[in-house]
Amino acid sequence: MTAEIVLQVFRFGFLLLLWLFIFAAFRVVRADLFGGRAGRVASVPPRAAAPGKKRGRGPRTLVVTAGPLSGTKITLGEQPILIGRADDSTLVLTDDFASSRHARLTNRGGQWYVEDLGSTNGTYLDQQRVQGPLLVAPGQPIRIGQTALELR
Amino acid sequence: MTSGPSTDPRASAPGTETPTRRNTELALLGFAVLITLAAQSIVDLTVTGSLRAELAGFGAWFAAIWAVLHLVVRTLAPYADPLLLPAVALLSGLGLTMIHRLDLADEQVEGASGGDAPVQLLWATVGAGLFIAVLVVLRDHRLLARFAYTLALIGLVLLALPAVLPASISEVYGAKIWIRVAGFSIQPGEFAKICLIVFFASYLVDKRDVLALASRRVMGLEIPRARDLGPVLVAWALSILVLVFERDLGSSLLLFGIFVVMLYVATERSSWLLIGLGLFAAGAFLAYQLFGHVRVRVDTWLDPFAYRDEGGYQLVQSLFGLGTGGLFGAGLGGGRPDQVPVAKSDFIAAALGEELGLFGLVALIVVYLILVERGLRTSLIVRDAFGKLLAGGLAFAVAWQLFVVLGGVTGLLPLTGLTTPFVAYGGSSLVANFGLVAILVRISDAARRPAAPPAPPKQAIGEAPTEVVTP
Repeated sequence: MTAEIVLQVFRFGFLLLLWLFIFAAFRVVRADLFGGRAGRVASVPPRAAAPGKKRGRGPRTLVVTAGPLSGTKITLGEQPILIGRADDSTLVLTDDFASSRHARLTNRGGQWYVEDLGSTNGTYLDQQRVQGPLLVAPGQPIRIGQTALELR
Repeated sequence: MTSGPSTDPRASAPGTETPTRRNTELALLGFAVLITLAAQSIVDLTVTGSLRAELAGFGAWFAAIWAVLHLVVRTLAPYADPLLLPAVALLSGLGLTMIHRLDLADEQVEGASGGDAPVQLLWATVGAGLFIAVLVVLRDHRLLARFAYTLALIGLVLLALPAVLPASISEVYGAKIWIRVAGFSIQPGEFAKICLIVFFASYLVDKRDVLALASRRVMGLEIPRARDLGPVLVAWALSILVLVFERDLGSSLLLFGIFVVMLYVATERSSWLLIGLGLFAAGAFLAYQLFGHVRVRVDTWLDPFAYRDEGGYQLVQSLFGLGTGGLFGAGLGGGRPDQVPVAKSDFIAAALGEELGLFGLVALIVVYLILVERGLRTSLIVRDAFGKLLAGGLAFAVAWQLFVVLGGVTGLLPLTGLTTPFVAYGGSSLVANFGLVAILVRISDAARRPAAPPAPPKQAIGEAPTEVVTP
């Protein structure tokens, strides 16, 4: 039989080993959530370098190019822009084909992403239906019902 | 969907490689194999005082399984989630260790030789084979949606088969959920579970608009129209039928829970959860009144010590085991987990709890949690609605099954006879769950794979009308 002290080492050592595994797994989860080392190299430099230079080049206004609201301009800031028929939207549409909360534009490090908020008739970037967040380039038309928007 | 750019592979800056994280997976797999081997050695040293010769063979075989699976994932699903496989490796390793430990106890008590651990290792190999087959055949998870109705039929047949077979083939311990042919016993319900989840996902993607939108508002709750209750009533009736004809509380609870939660995920209407709970309460009450076996389960659950010599014996032994284990456990090989009847399959969580203690059991639960979290995360970032529902459903199935099993073992819920996924002894459960993880790996590969570079803007903006949904 193995000595008692060895058994105690086994007993607690094994629990420690189990939790070390979980710790390692959590580090991977964390790296996935916040960029991690591998991700940080990819994602932070553009963001860190952006404010000075990119702010100047990035889109400044959201322009409605077609539909009932044609000609409307919204100046872009840091805040996300909510588009839909609901009264509290940033851009309130009066369009039978638009949902009350239809789409959202979000600023991430100077770049704008469009997201469909589960609308019935969909949001289109160019001709592509928006499923998840998509990067919007200036001049690229976003179509919601009869309305078309673009960043300038 | 609220994932920011850093978690969203599509948003990665152009020109940077999206990491596949395969090396992370390899390292963690190595760690899991190491833990398993350490556990096996500790068991041998504690119980017999020496390492047995078979350990080398076991270690090589076990490591080979994961090496092969890792290589398959590397080639066939390079962007798959790096944590799914290591979590499964650790869980099945711990399961194998505990089964081996109970084999040793059987040897000492009854002089039985052979044991179940080698058989379970064989089943794990078969499961790995299924894993590879799924990844090879299923190159795109959306393919499954095309066979949804076929899979539903297969699922129902698998579910119903034991009920119509003669009891000599299908009945074990009073539950008619087996098919025993030529020395092999298969529990088809485990496979039926996956088939039905695929069907639910595909069906709900088609129907979710009508299920979510056509409703009346009553007291702040969206109440669906009566005719839209059809599917949930069918699922409910199905679970009741399983309960009546197979006397299997576990599968019944599992299927109904999965369906209701997938309905909730698809429609985002909490009213479905309430309707599900109501139907569950009604079903539970009916079952308690009508079926003796359900009443026995509930009575022993309410007061196991009153029935300690009959139906409550298992649960009482399990509670004693967990109590003996305490916070830090008796150490691997140091307890008496064989005192619980059928410790290898239904009560393996109690055995682990006795030898690893609360800290070990919680670690086990956290490993499951990681598996489930990765599944739900996959569901969040995958682009298509079917993939979202399927990944969410599969991940929830694992979580729900674990909850029902651990609830049963610890006396929180009535005993059900479900298996602890990946850990418990039992071929069909292990093989089916390997298939389940393979589907998750496939979806997570699609979810994390960087999108093809955005197509150059088309010349004409086009005046194509937006899509109009027809009811």
